Amino acid sequence: MLKDKDRIFTNIYGWHGSDLKSAQSRGDWQGTKEVIKLGHDKIIEIIKDSGLRGRGGAGFPSGLKWSFMPKEVKDRPHYLVVNADESEPGTCKDRDIIRHEPHKLIEGCLLAGFAMRAHCAYIYIRGEFYNEAFILQKAIDEAYDKKLLGNNACGSGWKFDVFLHRGAGAYICGEETALLESLEGKKGQPRLKPPFPAGVGLYGCPTTVNNVETIAVSPTILKRGAKWFASLGRENNTGSKLFCISGHVNQPCNVEEEMGISLRDLIEKHAGGVKGGWNNLLAVIPGGSSTPLLTKNICDTILMDFDSLKNAGSGLGTAGVIVMDKSTDVINAITKLSHFYKHESCGQCTPCREGTGWMWRMMERLVTGNAEIEEIDVLLEVTKQVEGHTICALGDAAAWPIQGLIKNFRPLIEERINDFNTKSTKAAE
Amino acid sequence: MSNLTINTKDQFEFTFSKEAEKEIILILKKYPPKRKASAVMPLLDLAQREAGGWLPITALEAVAQKVGLAYMRVLEIASFYTMYNLNPVGKWHLQICGTTPCWLRGSDDILKAIYDTLQIKPNETSKNGDFTLTPVECLGACVNAPILQVNDDFYEDLDYDTTKKLIESLKKGTKPNVGSTKNRKSDPENGATVLLSIKGKKNA
Amino acid sequence: MIKLTVDDKEIEVEEGCTVLQACEMAGVEIPRFCYHDRLSIAGNCRMCLVEVKPGPPKPQASCALPATNGQIISTNSKMVRDARKGVMEFLLINHPLDCPICDQGGECDLQDQAMSFGSDKTRFLENKRAVEEKSMGPLIKTNMTRCIHCTRCVRFSTEVAGVNDLGALGRGESMEITTYLEKSIDSELSACVIDLCPVGALTSKPYAFNARPWELSHTETVDVMDAIGSNIRVDTKGNQVLRVLPRLNEDINEEWISDKTRYAIDGLKNQRLDKPYVRNENGSLEEADWDTAFNKIKDNIDKIKPNEIACLLGDLVDVEAAYVAKVLFQKLNVDNIDCRIDGAEIGEHGRAGYIFNSQINGIDEADALLIFGSNPRLEAPVLNARIRKRYLQGNFPISLIGENNNLTYPVNYLGSKSIDIEKLRDKKNIVYKTLMDAERPMIIVGMGALTDDSSQALFYELRELAEVFGVIKKDWNGFNVLHTSAGRTGALDVGCLPSKKGLSAKQIFSESENSSLSFIWLIGVDNKEVLNLKKPFVVYQGHHGDVGAHVADVILPGAAYTEKNCTYVNTEGRPQLLKQAVFPPGEAKEDWKILRAFSDYVNCKLPFDSLDTLREKIYSDFPHFEDTDIIKKSKLSKFGRKGKINDFEMKSPITNFYKTCSISRASETMSLCNEKLNGKIAAE
Repeated sequence: MLKDKDRIFTNIYGWHGSDLKSAQSRGDWQGTKEVIKLGHDKIIEIIKDSGLRGRGGAGFPSGLKWSFMPKEVKDRPHYLVVNADESEPGTCKDRDIIRHEPHKLIEGCLLAGFAMRAHCAYIYIRGEFYNEAFILQKAIDEAYDKKLLGNNACGSGWKFDVFLHRGAGAYICGEETALLESLEGKKGQPRLKPPFPAGVGLYGCPTTVNNVETIAVSPTILKRGAKWFASLGRENNTGSKLFCISGHVNQPCNVEEEMGISLRDLIEKHAGGVKGGWNNLLAVIPGGSSTPLLTKNICDTILMDFDSLKNAGSGLGTAGVIVMDKSTDVINAITKLSHFYKHESCGQCTPCREGTGWMWRMMERLVTGNAEIEEIDVLLEVTKQVEGHTICALGDAAAWPIQGLIKNFRPLIEERINDFNTKSTKAAE
Repeated sequence: MSNLTINTKDQFEFTFSKEAEKEIILILKKYPPKRKASAVMPLLDLAQREAGGWLPITALEAVAQKVGLAYMRVLEIASFYTMYNLNPVGKWHLQICGTTPCWLRGSDDILKAIYDTLQIKPNETSKNGDFTLTPVECLGACVNAPILQVNDDFYEDLDYDTTKKLIESLKKGTKPNVGSTKNRKSDPENGATVLLSIKGKKNA
Repeated sequence: MIKLTVDDKEIEVEEGCTVLQACEMAGVEIPRFCYHDRLSIAGNCRMCLVEVKPGPPKPQASCALPATNGQIISTNSKMVRDARKGVMEFLLINHPLDCPICDQGGECDLQDQAMSFGSDKTRFLENKRAVEEKSMGPLIKTNMTRCIHCTRCVRFSTEVAGVNDLGALGRGESMEITTYLEKSIDSELSACVIDLCPVGALTSKPYAFNARPWELSHTETVDVMDAIGSNIRVDTKGNQVLRVLPRLNEDINEEWISDKTRYAIDGLKNQRLDKPYVRNENGSLEEADWDTAFNKIKDNIDKIKPNEIACLLGDLVDVEAAYVAKVLFQKLNVDNIDCRIDGAEIGEHGRAGYIFNSQINGIDEADALLIFGSNPRLEAPVLNARIRKRYLQGNFPISLIGENNNLTYPVNYLGSKSIDIEKLRDKKNIVYKTLMDAERPMIIVGMGALTDDSSQALFYELRELAEVFGVIKKDWNGFNVLHTSAGRTGALDVGCLPSKKGLSAKQIFSESENSSLSFIWLIGVDNKEVLNLKKPFVVYQGHHGDVGAHVADVILPGAAYTEKNCTYVNTEGRPQLLKQAVFPPGEAKEDWKILRAFSDYVNCKLPFDSLDTLREKIYSDFPHFEDTDIIKKSKLSKFGRKGKINDFEMKSPITNFYKTCSISRASETMSLCNEKLNGKIAAE
């Protein structure tokens, strides 16, 4: 278990103030100038060495991502854009950073922005986080007041601005290029890649889009050193991570833990255990709604990090752990997710626009069993027709939960279909 | 995107208030001078607040003029994002999350509580026009599920009884404290398992 | 150059090419719906997926993927076939499959590609999506349930037409294409979205349920609704023109045509002159045979001297008719012949003084533009789209002196008056700088500047300025006249101008009451000034009972542009052949034949009895007509006359785009457009 001294987010539960003074007492904005003095490339090197992988879901090495930004600023300014459009079902970690540790995020913006030679960061926060945006804006204002941001941020000589931009209800804006479109004042429809944002991003300028948590942990890494961060977790899956444990547990909560903690430990030590005990566990969605679910036998031993979960056919994603006990109608649970993806599809490309609706409607019938056995395979094929054929990853995200369900619960689906058909035959008699 | 049919019967003349005009100047400053279009979302939000919780066409056009976008582009945007209402909503806009994490923890009970107190189902407005119930997808507070958003605020860790109490209170025009009904943030209900060593005293 | 392999075939393509284009160069056809050469890349239909190595282990949208060295593209692997089959299935699940009652049937991309990639049975057991019809005005019929959301129409209207009237509302499967509050699209090119729509969501309203594509005969010909000579295909069934579609011509109209070009054709059925008429003693017109009509004219001509006779040629007169008219009246010693019925002061100083010298595709190369006394959006919408296209590429400052309407691109506006030309010499003015700095500056001068009494002086000054700005150089001539009438350039080319002693059209119209004129022959002249001609005996030769026929004493029925084989020269000076698609109604005849037949009555029989012999004669007099579709470069001489410039408003001759000639005025569809779109103006 992670020791308190190694925790980055010491005010994750908001027991203390989110104001600048409280934040400073927790170490934020301390030694910021000294970090900047290390220079752009050194900062990126430290982040690379720390092994930090993006906390938004894909787990791409952050230092490497930052290094994609051009080494020289030419006619186009560089931008850092922070993805605070947290909307992945099961995930609510960034919300806590924003409302309880806003200064970690803002300081991270400065350091990450400086590293990638940007003078401006936009934080795109989901519109529903109205109160959170209020707190964050207040924190930004404080930082400007105390000259931590602005023309000479922290006395470093580096001009740096942070602007907050509120979304308005669209999960797809969490996709980095859709987010940029939205920030430019358009519908949030993902762009075709290439070109990638590091070349052509916000307003056609070099841009890096990072998750809130990625940016918010970076000041601590830079101050405590790459070695310290790399000493936590496992190789290639280093550091600590915020986990969100929701669903059928006794004590749903967020907690910062070491990467590679076992799922069972996470649930039992922090979330008060599965309702009705570990043996009452049916399945777990380990990393936000798009990751395929894991059945109990896998949950018994699985470790919570990128590679372990990938090897188990799922993913760490956002580390939003959704726990389902044996009382759960798991078909319906996945159907709700299918509805979510149908609702959030931007409608731009064919497989996602048409496929998400089709998949959801078939799932709805599987909930009652109003289907033929062959349709399970049709549904599986449809998920395959969506997966890998869309502009962005939403299509994949919509396909995986269903694939996970069919892989692990086909007998249950069949049973329900048979029951339904028997009942209707009887009714007909 | 709440409703694709464009409301024509409830239109009224719309102009930004003086305070809003000041706010608009501040908003526009966030973006490069040639990128005024970026301000379309904050301005739509502002216009919606000014217009009483929804966006008549007149307000869309006022926003379009401010940010230099064609009317059609602004209408596209307003119809794309779910938080812009193209039809009037009640004084209390109840937004119920029914995505899996909330559903696992009883969002159906919340729906029932709302129906029992207000006799409205999803996408309906109460007879007196005070309450509109809109089903929404994940609100991003899953460890505090189930959640009901009332206007701008989240009410968390609800159940049938607490929801009923909440609605009754709203009916009387008073808004209970925002947040969890269990007096917590995202920490475990029965006490945190971590951070206890760090000057740990939980504000009761 | 980039080397890559497409289906085992190695090819070389240019840098900047997409994989889709590379495949096409390799001769492999890639199915697509959203991709279109002339629109931005959307990459949304996902039909053009191909397998690319090296690359991720999933198919890539070839329309959006840049071709790079060493790529190995497979367009027919299992991965690709499955992907296309999958996408096709998705496109069809919510498509109504109502081909038997869909006007797109038989020429539908979705139908065609479903034959290649579709399945013959459905696995979709849910209810299909139904979408309400959208109102998009009198030209575009919608059936949005058929829409596959390729967004070609939205991209066309935003990018090419330059209007933001179309968009996609909502998101996900509820996304719907519509116009802003279901108004008509405020563009002269709006109906191009019908051609672009790959399915039957947007179809032609006037043509609705008229015919199936396989029932139609096609005639490749040229349009006369404006002076650019858009290439068109006229589709006919029996002797009826049912529709007009654009034909690809990169040099002129690319693949666009204006709504008037496309839809004025119903005017060909209304108010047609199908018999000769002669005005009787009571003053009313009465049907007659050709002989009676010709004798009546002869009787009037015989009584008078040549200087009492005039001949005017209207906007839709073809080269053959203009030539024959000129020869005939020359033989009759008539000095008063003119084709400039709008009073334009042009044509007297060499060809380069009245054509669009840079050619239309010269717009692509220009790097600054001055529009002078023209409203290209109304006068030549397709050309205007070309200007906009160039504008979108950047580095193309556009300045305007003339009517300040929304041209679909921003302009540096210097005023609307003739004397605002002085500002062009103001070195402090931004316009001066943009034109001076340009390497290939262009001037487009319209009829709005050229119909005043002092236009010669204005034209002279503009010519001088062209020298100042370097508009005319060794390898660049950016001095362009934009005509508004299809027949004008050709008529000027054959010299339908008054001789030195003769009266111009302007003089004839303004002085007919006081002059010695007692006989006027109008060939397709229908401008309202004709109503001034109260005194003389008027012969009207033409195809529509419009203004000219109203004042006529004898009417001779002519053929319209779809009914004859003839030549028109567009504003660039490009001769183009029109082909007969249908027969003229009743006894109507080609104009040159009427003149040729009449020549017998006045004892100056013209020496051509067939189109071939006539053309031989024309080609020997004017060799440049022989090379059809090719523009003879003309040397820019001095033109205009130095003098005082009057202070006048340079108004475009076109005030109502939908009603500019006798055909469009007779068109019900154009009337509907007029009501819908110009209703506002009319109300004011």
